[in-house]
Amino acid sequence: MDAEFRELYQEIILEHSKSPRNFRRMEDATHKLEGRNPLCGDQYTIYLKIENGIIADISFEGSGCAISKASASVMTSVLKGKSIAEAKKLFEQFHDIVTGVKTTGDDTDISRKIAAFSGVAEYPVRIKCATLAWHAMRNSIEGVTNSVTTEEK
Amino acid sequence: MKTKFDPLKYRPDFPILKQKIHGYPLVYFDNAATTQKPKMVIDAIKNFYERDNANVHRAIHQLGERATEAYEKARKTIAGFIGAESEKQIVFTKGATESINLVASAWGRKYISEGDEIIVSEMEHHSNLIPWQLLAKDVGAVLKILPINLDGTLVFNEFEHILSNKTKLIAVTHMSNVFGTINPIKKIVSMAHDRGIPVLLDGAQSVPHLPIDVGFLDCDFLVFSGHKMCGPTGIGVLYAKINHLENMNPYQGGGEMISSVWLDNATWNEIPHKFEAGTQNIAGAIGLAKAIEYLEYVNMRDITLYEQDLVTYTINKLMSIDGVVIYGNAPARGGAISFNLDDIHPHDLAHFLDQKGIAVRAGHHCAQPIMRKLNLAATTRASLYFYNTVEEVDYLAEQLVEAKKFFNL
Repeated sequence: MDAEFRELYQEIILEHSKSPRNFRRMEDATHKLEGRNPLCGDQYTIYLKIENGIIADISFEGSGCAISKASASVMTSVLKGKSIAEAKKLFEQFHDIVTGVKTTGDDTDISRKIAAFSGVAEYPVRIKCATLAWHAMRNSIEGVTNSVTTEEK
Repeated sequence: MKTKFDPLKYRPDFPILKQKIHGYPLVYFDNAATTQKPKMVIDAIKNFYERDNANVHRAIHQLGERATEAYEKARKTIAGFIGAESEKQIVFTKGATESINLVASAWGRKYISEGDEIIVSEMEHHSNLIPWQLLAKDVGAVLKILPINLDGTLVFNEFEHILSNKTKLIAVTHMSNVFGTINPIKKIVSMAHDRGIPVLLDGAQSVPHLPIDVGFLDCDFLVFSGHKMCGPTGIGVLYAKINHLENMNPYQGGGEMISSVWLDNATWNEIPHKFEAGTQNIAGAIGLAKAIEYLEYVNMRDITLYEQDLVTYTINKLMSIDGVVIYGNAPARGGAISFNLDDIHPHDLAHFLDQKGIAVRAGHHCAQPIMRKLNLAATTRASLYFYNTVEEVDYLAEQLVEAKKFFNL
């Protein structure tokens, strides 16, 4: 198997897709948004509980490919406890990684987790899979309530 | 394999099949989406543009004459291929989708009004569902759905309950692009005609794979696409019974579809030209006719028998792999095989297979209501054509086992 393809499906991605973190509905969410990729049928709902500008809790449910599910799972695990400003910054960092613009530049635990998605940059068709949950999260904290799809930003 | 058909005899005719993908020989199993083109079709299109290109039915010059002759000859070839009585029954469109929209607009708007009912099945491709939804909304008609069983067959007995004296049309697929199911069209048509209801048959998946005789099927409308049967994209066909074509309204207005035009009025050209406004896809029609010549040379009956063998072989092979679930188990079926492998998402599986040179489709196959019925987000689909081989099926099966290892299952 081609090394680049193995890079795309790193162990951490396969592991998160099989045992997604924070994979549950949240009844007391303050923010909730559905993200869909109509081309392949990926569909997730992202739940956020934002208190005083801090993401006190975050979870998701839905279905999709390994890349999209792992990405949603990693996202929830790195965003819990972060401020809205930090979440937006991490969105930018993640976006840069999967589109191959740049790496995180440091070596924190969070950086390592999101850097696992750097293999996506080699496969442009999979960028939408990787960013689906992140777009839903960002749109949600910006007050969007209608579901977002990958066919629009 | 029961038939002696040898796909290797025909594979060299398809230049695209000779290539490697990621270092592996291309195994093309996405034929329900579009088929590959033999060299003679590609050459026919090239030759037309290099030697005969002109607009049709307009020019008095030599090229115009040649182009018109080739275009109208293509119509005759297509009429002969599906057993139509006259080439006047063949309207060129850009594909099956446009053909259905043409009927919904030119026939539907004239004959379907408020309170009337249109029946479609639950297994339709979006192209045989949405045009009827749009029409129903516009004129205030009601769309009635013939349900399917979980094995991908129609719940035929439900017809009794949804047919009424308000039913104006039954629009149904001949062969499912998800399950491969071949529907009992003769039974549907005869039941509909007993009540004076016309039937539109979506032949996008059947015409490329089965010998078709519209005289035998007795359907009122048949639609299909050129690109799913070795022809180019952007060309398709609407066949209809003469009386329907005569009585239908025009579809689009423009040049060629008229007889006489005044500033405030116009009269229509005779059929089928009444439905062909503007310059048509002339090279496409010529390419499709050449594709049909090619399919007739391979022999449609042999194609059907070989594909029946190959689909049985493929299903048995896939079923022998632990974790494979196949969707659709109709007694009569064609070569579209939808399946899932354990918990591997179809998108991941298709991407893995692509790395091994295998082209399959992953997704909802433009049939979201079916996916909902099966409680699935997506499936992987391998769809066969006569140029596929037993060895390619074996290779697919091998790589499915590899995929399980790759995804740690």
